[in-house]
Amino acid sequence: MLEQAPALWKRVGEALDPVLRPEQVRVDLSRVEAIDGACVALLVHLQSTLARRRVRCEFEGGNPEVRGLLALYSRRRLRRRPRRRPRSVLEQVGEGTAAVFAAVRDGLAFFGELLREVLHALKNPRSLNSRDIALTMERAGADALPIVLLINFLIGFVMAYQSAVQLRQFGANIFVVDLVGVAITRELGPLMTAIIVCGRSGAAFSAELGTMKVSEEVDALRTLGIVPLRYLVVPRVCGLALVAPFLTLFADGVGIAGGAVVAATRLEVTPTAFLTELRHAVQPWDVGSGLLKSVFFSAAIALIACQQGLATSGGAEGVGRRTTGAVVATLFSLILLDALFTVVFGVLGL
Amino acid sequence: MSEPLIVVSGLSLAWGSRILLREASFEVERGDVFVILGGSGSGKSTLLRHLIGLETPRAGRIEIAGIGAPHLDGSAPEYGVMFQSGALFSSLSVAENVAFALHEWTDLPPAAISAIVKAKLALVGLEGAEEKLPSELSGGMKKRAAIARAMAFEPNLLFLDEPSAGLDPINAAELDELIAVLNRVLGLTVVMVTHELASILRIGKNCILLDPESQSIIARGDPRQLAAASPDPRVRQFFAREAG
Repeated sequence: MLEQAPALWKRVGEALDPVLRPEQVRVDLSRVEAIDGACVALLVHLQSTLARRRVRCEFEGGNPEVRGLLALYSRRRLRRRPRRRPRSVLEQVGEGTAAVFAAVRDGLAFFGELLREVLHALKNPRSLNSRDIALTMERAGADALPIVLLINFLIGFVMAYQSAVQLRQFGANIFVVDLVGVAITRELGPLMTAIIVCGRSGAAFSAELGTMKVSEEVDALRTLGIVPLRYLVVPRVCGLALVAPFLTLFADGVGIAGGAVVAATRLEVTPTAFLTELRHAVQPWDVGSGLLKSVFFSAAIALIACQQGLATSGGAEGVGRRTTGAVVATLFSLILLDALFTVVFGVLGL
Repeated sequence: MSEPLIVVSGLSLAWGSRILLREASFEVERGDVFVILGGSGSGKSTLLRHLIGLETPRAGRIEIAGIGAPHLDGSAPEYGVMFQSGALFSSLSVAENVAFALHEWTDLPPAAISAIVKAKLALVGLEGAEEKLPSELSGGMKKRAAIARAMAFEPNLLFLDEPSAGLDPINAAELDELIAVLNRVLGLTVVMVTHELASILRIGKNCILLDPESQSIIARGDPRQLAAASPDPRVRQFFAREAG
């Protein structure tokens, strides 16, 4: 019985003490009336362990059912898989580097194909899947608005709160407006919004397209004469790029409002004074540069998520792996793009 | 004898680094029900994917009369395909699935598309299922809906991947009967992959048997004749369903 198996395995293990070196082992099964899978596994294990020590093991007796079961379990010897040679650090680094280059190459190829499809859509607007553009704008935009507002309000609030102590020490209370206004519009508004969009919509795009890929829906699209990139990816990229500036604009507004709440309650900066200072501190380009970033951020999110989704293989596990990969790659790209924008704007004096 | 509908010559296929078929040649006649047979891992579905144009052959040629090499380059569908799982678009209703290609590739008015969809669904015995989502359909209904979608553009060639796999014997027999009717009444040429012996013998007119060991076609012809009198023990074993 299965509950007795652990003790039996232990006893057999002790009996197989490597110090003992018999030439042959006979297992008498004549008093065994019934046997289950666990015991058969034990006997097969015993036989193979002894065989490795060049000890012959034979089973004697046993009724036909017992012998039949034993024959069934030991009928096919699984071919032993060759032991994989452990890879050196150098090999692992090399493979990792090659994988990164391959991913970048695939990403660039995908980007090139997408550009071709966008140009095709611009030439033939009728071919554009407008239904999915509207759906993407609704799901990634309108549905995301509450969480974008909440997170950005808290970001503005926390930022002002953290700086309040230092600013008060220098009597520079009013500069909380400059700090929050510029940081939110130029940096945190677009970046935090993009991170939220990445977590919500990027992951959803990747999982959705990945599921379509493994369930052959993408192949079915192709057999109906539809180019998956044109039908599935272009609308998502366009939808997200169209809706992201609006989300960012809302994010800027509530982020600054979060700062205004702290300014009024902790730094004695009245709303009127806050607005007056805000007009001086935040220039149109500050807001504009954030909105420009948001378009690139959202395009990167949709592009990477869709590329990962369409590269999915291997069922549910593959969908999960690609979705995780999409989110990680997108977050990395967002930070990289943000750094690039900062440097470019800095060099151009913007 | 008329020109064959599909001519395959010197075709070599691989799945990753694994060679599945070397320099295979065969023809599919018009009006045939042509069955691609073979055990698991023999490359049946991979061959079908090449015939459809989803994969590019490693070597050799596939020619479909009036089309040339199979291609899926964003033009109106020239043949119908049913995938093993049905592969219906999960976010669309059955009617929207069937109407999909008509909306994309024709300027037919909505009323005409609706009438065509109803007719196609009636053809496959799915009247009244227009508004259902794929998740609300049984396995057999999904496959019927997928056939209706594949038939929407009036193809004269239909590719089917394991149409009766996973169905109970009654549903499988009904689906076989539907395929036989489409072939007999509409003159549709059917190329299908299956390893359901009952289906093969019930509706198959010609077949090829793929062998993974020799990476070649080891038998071709009428499946009933092959089952009854093939001199090759591998073929007899396949049709007798004996374990290797």
